[in-house]
Amino acid sequence: MILSALAFYGFSTVAIAAGVMVISARNPVHSVLFLILAFFNAAGLFVLMGAEFLAFILVIVYVGAVAVLFMFVVMMLDINVVEMRQGFLQYLPIGGLIGTVLLLELIFVVTSWAVAPESGGLLAAKAPALTEAHNTEALGRLLYTKYIYLFQGAGMVLLLAMVGAIVLTLRGRPGVRRQRIGHQVRLRRDDVVEIKDVPTGTGI
Amino acid sequence: MQELLVQYLPILIFLGIAVGLAVLMVAASLIVAQQKPDREKLSPYECGFDPFEDARGRFDVRFYLVAILFIIFDLEVAFLFPWAVAFGDIGALGLWSMMVFLAVLTIGFVYEWKKGALEWE
Amino acid sequence: MAELWSIYLWPGAIIVAKIVAILVPLLLAVAYLTLAERKVIAAMQLRKGPNVVGWFGLLQPVADGLKLFVKETVIPTGANKVVFVLAPMVTFVLALVAWAVIPFDEGMVLADINVGVLYLFAISSMGVYGVIMAGWASNSKYAFLGALRSAAQMVSYEISMGFVIVTVLLCVGSLNLTKVVMAQQNVWFAVPLLPMFVIFFVSTLAETNRSPFDLPEAEAELVSGYNVEYSSMTFALFFLGEYANMILMSALTTILFLGGWLAPFGFAPFTWVPGPIWFAAKISFVLFLFLWVRATFPRYRYDQLMRLGWKVFLPLSLLWVVVTAIALVAFGWVPQ
Repeated sequence: MILSALAFYGFSTVAIAAGVMVISARNPVHSVLFLILAFFNAAGLFVLMGAEFLAFILVIVYVGAVAVLFMFVVMMLDINVVEMRQGFLQYLPIGGLIGTVLLLELIFVVTSWAVAPESGGLLAAKAPALTEAHNTEALGRLLYTKYIYLFQGAGMVLLLAMVGAIVLTLRGRPGVRRQRIGHQVRLRRDDVVEIKDVPTGTGI
Repeated sequence: MQELLVQYLPILIFLGIAVGLAVLMVAASLIVAQQKPDREKLSPYECGFDPFEDARGRFDVRFYLVAILFIIFDLEVAFLFPWAVAFGDIGALGLWSMMVFLAVLTIGFVYEWKKGALEWE
Repeated sequence: MAELWSIYLWPGAIIVAKIVAILVPLLLAVAYLTLAERKVIAAMQLRKGPNVVGWFGLLQPVADGLKLFVKETVIPTGANKVVFVLAPMVTFVLALVAWAVIPFDEGMVLADINVGVLYLFAISSMGVYGVIMAGWASNSKYAFLGALRSAAQMVSYEISMGFVIVTVLLCVGSLNLTKVVMAQQNVWFAVPLLPMFVIFFVSTLAETNRSPFDLPEAEAELVSGYNVEYSSMTFALFFLGEYANMILMSALTTILFLGGWLAPFGFAPFTWVPGPIWFAAKISFVLFLFLWVRATFPRYRYDQLMRLGWKVFLPLSLLWVVVTAIALVAFGWVPQ
């Protein structure tokens, strides 16, 4: 028991420290690396709560995929940090304003928080005990049948993301010669080789 | 619950030992081996001249597209894992719900194929 | 005090002993895999391979290791020092910790977690960081280009690997690696899922940056790829990590498709051989395939590599997920 308590404090301390480093690191690549560290510790916290599936999906999706994209972006942007810092004071008033509004909103949300009366219905689909089914299975039992519309909605969101990514980033480059494998395979000897019988001394 | 955590403890210890081993190997080599750096030795690899510009330049936007498409398909795989595990319990509705999901994403896949997003030039 | 001993220290000591029992053979296997690679390729090219250091060249890996150990650790001036040193460690550590969930025999596993398959998938999806960090931190053109190529290649093949793993999971109904093996008692999954086995094997080649997909280090154009600036132990860690990854991927292939530690036939004399030996033998076979491929095929071109990953493997494995699911339902083979 004491071990899991120690692990909890360890993971949360590192997660918070890494979170602070994400916004305070001077080099954006370091920020992304600290973000990855924070993700890891969040995954550790998930495991401590018994949500092993979520923990590993967090690592697979966020660390293995999303952070790779971040990495690509910050590596390529080649941001000059000193230059960016110069505008700090200039943007401080408007940034502070937005921050205050967000904070107020958060306070409103937290203070007016209440349990919905119909939430009792959710208990009908509560997670089974760990001894009965592992949480991957428990999730699988609900996600595709009970929450089918949400699941299909997620599919639509992914489709939209796919189309959006292509529309935004795809730039056709003119004059590119592509390999057409079908064409290459279909070629016969007669299509490409021509044998001319040249008599000696006459030239072609 | 406690049993579950006990299963993960060895992984944590393993991680600690592996990190320790890696640090030890590099540190020991640093101490044992003779270190004699000089300016030329520490310059980045190039064919006999100083590099013209910073190496971390801009690169093709295509690498982003690959990364974004990878995220999307990775999420798709993430959705497939619990489905495969609970496949015996969710019956026909579960099967067809996933088939529709995959069909929607196949539309996206066909779109990107036709648009030439999968071509590398 | 006695309680502290019996609850924490003693189990802790057992765990550490188990970890050492995994690490030592693993690192030895990595060392001798490098020798085996040179010997096998030499034999295929009618050469002798290393045969001077020790009898039959058996001390060659030790000599290589020692040489790297006493070399100078060069950290380029323009490099980002912390990330530069961190990158090989990431590769090395990831290649090692993945072994925590590999079952060597029934019950012979360090951490028998419920989501072993996800754990391995997560570890292999993080392998890309060692490469990206190395390429970026080196601040060298060749390293940067090699890292970018390598990263794009690794993520591309990761998807088809994911789909292949899902087809296997459909036939198992669990993410636990021991259960994956036990589900193959009647028939190894390599038989009913043969196309997936082939796709998985080729994807592991790309994932470990092995020939014919070794473009990231294409020595003719990128000199050595992402690790061009590395020397001494930092280079050795990359090297060890890469080879440990190869063994890991072979182990994963064995577990998913070749029945793990199970004997090929469920009767004597095959069952007399203990499970771990079968497991090691199968891993060696898959590793031999890795080497065989390297000695046989020319390197892919980058656009061909991307085409194979995105336009061939991805649709094929996705289709196979659907086919497997429907076949399982149609024939009533769904695992409970």
